[in-house]
Amino acid sequence: MSTAISQTWYMTRRHLMVFARQPAYAIITLIQPVIWLFLFGSLFKKVVELGGFGTTTYLDYLVPGVVVMSALSSNMWAGMGTLEEMQRGTLNRFLTTPVSRAALMNGNVVNNGLVTALQSVIIVLLGLLGGADYPGGVGGVAVLVLASVLLGTVFGALSNALGMLVRERESIIGINTFLLLPLTFLSSAFMAPSQMPSWMRHVADFNPLDWAMVAGRSAMSADTDWGAVGGRTAALLVLAVAAVWLSIRTFRSYQRSV
Amino acid sequence: MSATRAPAVEARQLVKTYPGDVTALNGMDVTVEPGTVFGLLGPNGAGKSTTVKILTTLARPDSGSATVAGHDVLRQPDRVRHAIGVVAQSSGADPVATGRENLQLQGRLYGLRGAPLARRVEELLERFGLTDAASRPVKGYSGGMRRRLDVALGLVHRPEVLFLDEPTTGLDPEARTAMWDEIARLAGDEGLTILLTTHYLEEADRLAERIAIVDRGRIVVEGTPDALKGELRGDAVHVELREPAGEAGRTLLTGALGVLSGVHEVLIDGRRISVRADDGAAAMPGLLAALERAGVTVASATVARPSLDDVYLRHAGRRYAEAEADSAAGALTLAGGVR
Repeated sequence: MSTAISQTWYMTRRHLMVFARQPAYAIITLIQPVIWLFLFGSLFKKVVELGGFGTTTYLDYLVPGVVVMSALSSNMWAGMGTLEEMQRGTLNRFLTTPVSRAALMNGNVVNNGLVTALQSVIIVLLGLLGGADYPGGVGGVAVLVLASVLLGTVFGALSNALGMLVRERESIIGINTFLLLPLTFLSSAFMAPSQMPSWMRHVADFNPLDWAMVAGRSAMSADTDWGAVGGRTAALLVLAVAAVWLSIRTFRSYQRSV
Repeated sequence: MSATRAPAVEARQLVKTYPGDVTALNGMDVTVEPGTVFGLLGPNGAGKSTTVKILTTLARPDSGSATVAGHDVLRQPDRVRHAIGVVAQSSGADPVATGRENLQLQGRLYGLRGAPLARRVEELLERFGLTDAASRPVKGYSGGMRRRLDVALGLVHRPEVLFLDEPTTGLDPEARTAMWDEIARLAGDEGLTILLTTHYLEEADRLAERIAIVDRGRIVVEGTPDALKGELRGDAVHVELREPAGEAGRTLLTGALGVLSGVHEVLIDGRRISVRADDGAAAMPGLLAALERAGVTVASATVARPSLDDVYLRHAGRRYAEAEADSAAGALTLAGGVR
């Protein structure tokens, strides 16, 4: 067991190093959230007057939305990295060593989780810098970070499964560009649910992105509905476990096809 | 490495079919004695890589069995993995990590830690001439340096059996010669067994003590390079025609050349005629005269000692260069050269 854990750590560190040694890549992934925060924050500043947002400023409302959206958009590309490692021969090299198969997969998941957590904290801090207010305090922010990590895990694992299944970049790019905007706009990322058309609100109820936003926002507000936070977080956890399970299954079928 | 030791690699009747009814292996048998270098020679798609994938626990055969270092690849894959080193066609060293970091990670996966790991890593860097580049990211390495790092990665845990899958494919001639020297040195390592796959005849001839020629998923012939070449009597005479011989012409020519004294075998394949003769030089005038009588124009004619190419032609029924259209220049150098 301890071997599996230390091996997971070696695999995680291997991924983290790629992230740490390519600061340009890390910075680029943060530029987009900054644009969303300050561009949309200024553009839609007045919508908060419509009511139903539950925050004093639009920026307060927007920060959790951007955190969750960034978690989605950075994790949904995980399959590209996995695909590259398959094509480069790295995956097969590891498979001929005694490394635990779980460690191989988990390293990827843990790395994505850590990167998502870091990215989320940075966005929260940027929001703070821009004048956002988080009445829920550190605990609330922690819930938001947890929810976005879980959401990231769901889409990261699905992306990995897709990469191993289709084995071509174009499919990942196609599916991601197809999914990103509808998933984001069919959620409460930018608009209070009470201001959304009712059909959209119902669709959003089934959108895991919305679950993460609702959980984070509620935990960060002055009067947290812990029931809603717990329910949404639990649902995300179930989904994350299912997605990781699916990616491990796909991994096994990849091994059979070698 | 006493003579009574069990084979380092033993595969029996391996069959593997990929989706779409592609038969990769069709009854593959391989036996490699410990401490020897064994070469699997054949064109791309012959089944060499699939064999290596099964022996290194990556793929599972549809049927058949195999043991490596005494362990069953299907039932004891983890034991096999501890005993083998694998240098695949693309080993995929982490491009962002340095050469040293790649080796350290590889060692840790085999349970090496601390000072012994550090010593082993420095030893390998030194041995493969990578000490100066050890702290640089691998993405800046040349093709030859990467290949040497790949081999070092496969050796980090001192394996009993080393698999080298096409070790010099894609290398320039200079790097290829350097890699050959490295492999020859490795072969001298105490007790190390090497299974090498290659589609270069010259490479197999030079490095392997025993060679098995693979064609269409099974072994067509096996032996030492000298025994395989010795099996072919006399010299090989190759004649290139200006025009390919038709069906009728082929029969006519086979008959006309076969009756000449000192000529044993006649193989006609398009424009190329290969003849086996007791004494190639002595047979040449008679051959050329017979061809002239038959009304065909000769573009070139050479006499050579038997090469692995001739062995391949004899056992696989086609010329190596045709089976291996993309074989690199220099790979078909005839052993012994033109007399």
